[in-house]
Amino acid sequence: NPYAGLVTHLRASWLSGKTRPMEYRMAQLEALGRFLDEKKQEILEATAADMGKPLFEVELSELLLCKNELHETLNNLSQWMKDKQVDKPLATRLDSAFIRKEPYGVVLIIAPWNYPIYLFMGPLIGAIAAGNCVIIKPSEVSKNTERLVAEALPCYLDQDCFAVVTGGVQETTRLLENKFDYIFYTGSPSVGRIVMTAAAKHLTPVTLELGGKNPCYVSDTCDVPNVARRVVWGRFFNAGQTCIAPDYLLCTLEMQKKLLPALHEAITEFYGPNPQESPDFGRIVGDKQFQRVKRLLCSGRVAIGGQTDEAERYIAPTVLVEVQPSDPVMQEEIFGPILPIVVVANMDEAIDFINSRERPLAIYAFSSNDKVVNEVLERTSSGGFCGNDTLMHVTLTSLPFGGIGNSGLGKYHGKFTFDTFSHRRGCLMRGMGRETLNAPRYPPYSQKKFGIVQATSKVTRKDDCILL
Amino acid sequence: MERMQQVVGRARAAFNSGRSRPLEFRIQQLKALERMVQEKEKEILAALHADLHKDGPNAYSQEILGVLTELALAMEQLPSWAAPQHVKKDLLTMRDDIFINPEPLGVVLIIGAWNYPFMLVIMPLIGAIAAGNAVVVKPSEVSENTAQLVAELLPQYLDRELYPVVTGGVPETTELLAQRFDHILYTGNTAVGKIVMAAAAKHLTPVTLELGGKSPCYIDKDCDLAVACRRITWGKYMNCGQTCIAPDYILCDPSIQGKVVENIKATLQEFYGEDVKSSPDYERIINKRHFKRVLGLLEGQKIAHGGEADEASCFIAPTILTDVSPESKVMEEEIFGPVLPIVPVKSVEEAIEFINRREKPLALYVFSNNKQVIRRVIAETSSGGMTGNDVIMHSVVPNLPFGGVGHSGMGAYRGKYTFKTFSHHRACLIKDLKMEAVNKLRYPPVSQKKVDL
Repeated sequence: NPYAGLVTHLRASWLSGKTRPMEYRMAQLEALGRFLDEKKQEILEATAADMGKPLFEVELSELLLCKNELHETLNNLSQWMKDKQVDKPLATRLDSAFIRKEPYGVVLIIAPWNYPIYLFMGPLIGAIAAGNCVIIKPSEVSKNTERLVAEALPCYLDQDCFAVVTGGVQETTRLLENKFDYIFYTGSPSVGRIVMTAAAKHLTPVTLELGGKNPCYVSDTCDVPNVARRVVWGRFFNAGQTCIAPDYLLCTLEMQKKLLPALHEAITEFYGPNPQESPDFGRIVGDKQFQRVKRLLCSGRVAIGGQTDEAERYIAPTVLVEVQPSDPVMQEEIFGPILPIVVVANMDEAIDFINSRERPLAIYAFSSNDKVVNEVLERTSSGGFCGNDTLMHVTLTSLPFGGIGNSGLGKYHGKFTFDTFSHRRGCLMRGMGRETLNAPRYPPYSQKKFGIVQATSKVTRKDDCILL
Repeated sequence: MERMQQVVGRARAAFNSGRSRPLEFRIQQLKALERMVQEKEKEILAALHADLHKDGPNAYSQEILGVLTELALAMEQLPSWAAPQHVKKDLLTMRDDIFINPEPLGVVLIIGAWNYPFMLVIMPLIGAIAAGNAVVVKPSEVSENTAQLVAELLPQYLDRELYPVVTGGVPETTELLAQRFDHILYTGNTAVGKIVMAAAAKHLTPVTLELGGKSPCYIDKDCDLAVACRRITWGKYMNCGQTCIAPDYILCDPSIQGKVVENIKATLQEFYGEDVKSSPDYERIINKRHFKRVLGLLEGQKIAHGGEADEASCFIAPTILTDVSPESKVMEEEIFGPVLPIVPVKSVEEAIEFINRREKPLALYVFSNNKQVIRRVIAETSSGGMTGNDVIMHSVVPNLPFGGVGHSGMGAYRGKYTFKTFSHHRACLIKDLKMEAVNKLRYPPVSQKKVDL
């Protein structure tokens, strides 16, 4: 196996204990910060070349979010690393019980192409913070960023413990044959299954950040212009290539009539009359993806946009109406700048529609009426939920980010990343003395001995007497 | 295929009806489960005795006490476990509602093992119910009396559609694993663990695997040998060695090997008397297959104590082996029987190296008066859990997560960790539709001013 040597080398480094001291981890993390600062220009150029990513979007979604994770981690690492003391029942009160956070060993991070820096760096920060050695596999689809990461990142990190591996499907398949101690994968559900199946052979735990169709329900009572702006922003950011983008809209026919002009207004406000000329609107990452998204335009009727330019891989910010659930655009995650509107009679129908499909990564609900937002929250299930806005719930490092069902398993961001890459070892330290206290548990067993064991180890209900 | 599909389908329809979600319902089901354990205590103990020759007070403290403790904890803590957790806000989100909402996963599957056949299905069931799920329970067919009893009792006390019990062997379990679940918790061995995870991968189902391995027990020269050996004897030979966290083998300096053997022998006498076979407190091997397997491990070994066996009753005497070679059969697989090999090592470094050359175990034990030695072993090894200067006990602390790492498993449960395992932690942000001015900063068209902000 072409990667066996690399994995062995990293495992030897891990066993040497090199990555364990806090100072070492902090130094590596600080080096990541320097990479983001010193290579900023290269990152801007690579992501622009890969998918026409607008400067502001790179600043916000690739650099700022990484910096936030980095600072959150550097500020709190010593706290996170501490043993967590726990309460004990009477029998072990004189002892010390705690949870020790330990690195797993050699972990693999497989990153996607749509946020090619943030989506490898976010997990990497937590993996390093937790004390692991890491192999990073950036996506070959965002080839300019892949090259940048493969060439520049190793110069900043300890090459005995961290490596970047490049390649396509074949290389990734061979890489997955090796034994890792954790695998973190961001991408599609179908490849997620392949990764988990490969992991099962070695009993490797995984986190899978997948996707799906994120529904966006807009109720009849809302501030239409604000809704339109927030939805347009979330849908067309990165030309729609965002796993948590609102994928499709659900609303009544009356609301659709009000929304269409507002959506058009917002698109024009953001990108001008000809979005192809706007420096703030991106492009599709590759020809294959361009063709796939373009084919979805034939669903329903184009109400806004619809223009394409193959040479630039440009697809205009588009809104489709008269969309049926059986249309192509409703069969797969769009991952492009197309917003279909599916008309429903009311909120109940919207909720039923959502619940009859795979659980998505995110659900959005817009309403001036709190009850409506809460009802959608309570009657549905999704990775995350945002009321009256789009995307924003994932920018908070205090909220876990992850899917459910087809949209994924596991979670990360902030401390959750550190926890993901740590094994929580339950530890009990006893003394050798006071052996008489142990006597009741030893054979020969008797009813009397048992009474003592029961009394000292059980947890009683506080209000038992009251219930009687 | 039909039967399993129907059972799981009914559980899913029952879950989708929403009735397992209200806290009152969950507590009512947990109370019913508690009644079941209390009212049917005799029947449960009888089944455990039939399966494993486990006696009254012993069986009670091993299997029932823990369950009752867990039930009391869950009923007590459920309102706080299920409550939305509000999180730290920043300047931009001051006016928003930000919280993590614990939600049920849906329909979960619990596959139990035969060594603590009642406890290993009921413990996880408690947390799964508490978290609001529908639960399919599959007790081990190897401990057939307990499996039968669980299949009879649960429908008498709990909601039959939400918490069905499925019985059967490999073909039935394979059929069950082809269905789609929202979490699978499996307790058993490494080989089947891989099969369960591969089946789960087809549906992207998260798993908790409580597996096993060889849990090492290092005895330092500097320790009170009498106390250490008594504690080790207790943990090793309880349930006739059939405990996933039993000290599997001992590592110690050759100079104390003899004393270790003497101390364990003396303790065995104290615990089980002259004739172990007639002690009501000593269990039996679960079946003939395992009896033959464990006995086979004695081949070619130096038996310092024990070795007697009786196939008819699946009895194997508490046995100690000395000067065991690391390459021997008894050091290859998890023993899961009353055989205790002692592997001589010259130093704590050698012990650590020995442990690290092997798969990460479920538990690790160190005995020493010197805290530094214990700290060092913890720091330089990895295991699911560990106890210093005792064995088994880390698994009875309700607030310590119980689980493995590497080949000994993934995920953890016990107490609130069971609730968390069977919950989805949904990140929620609820904003105002007003305050649009703040949002304008992030919208295009972009100017340098916006970038700098």
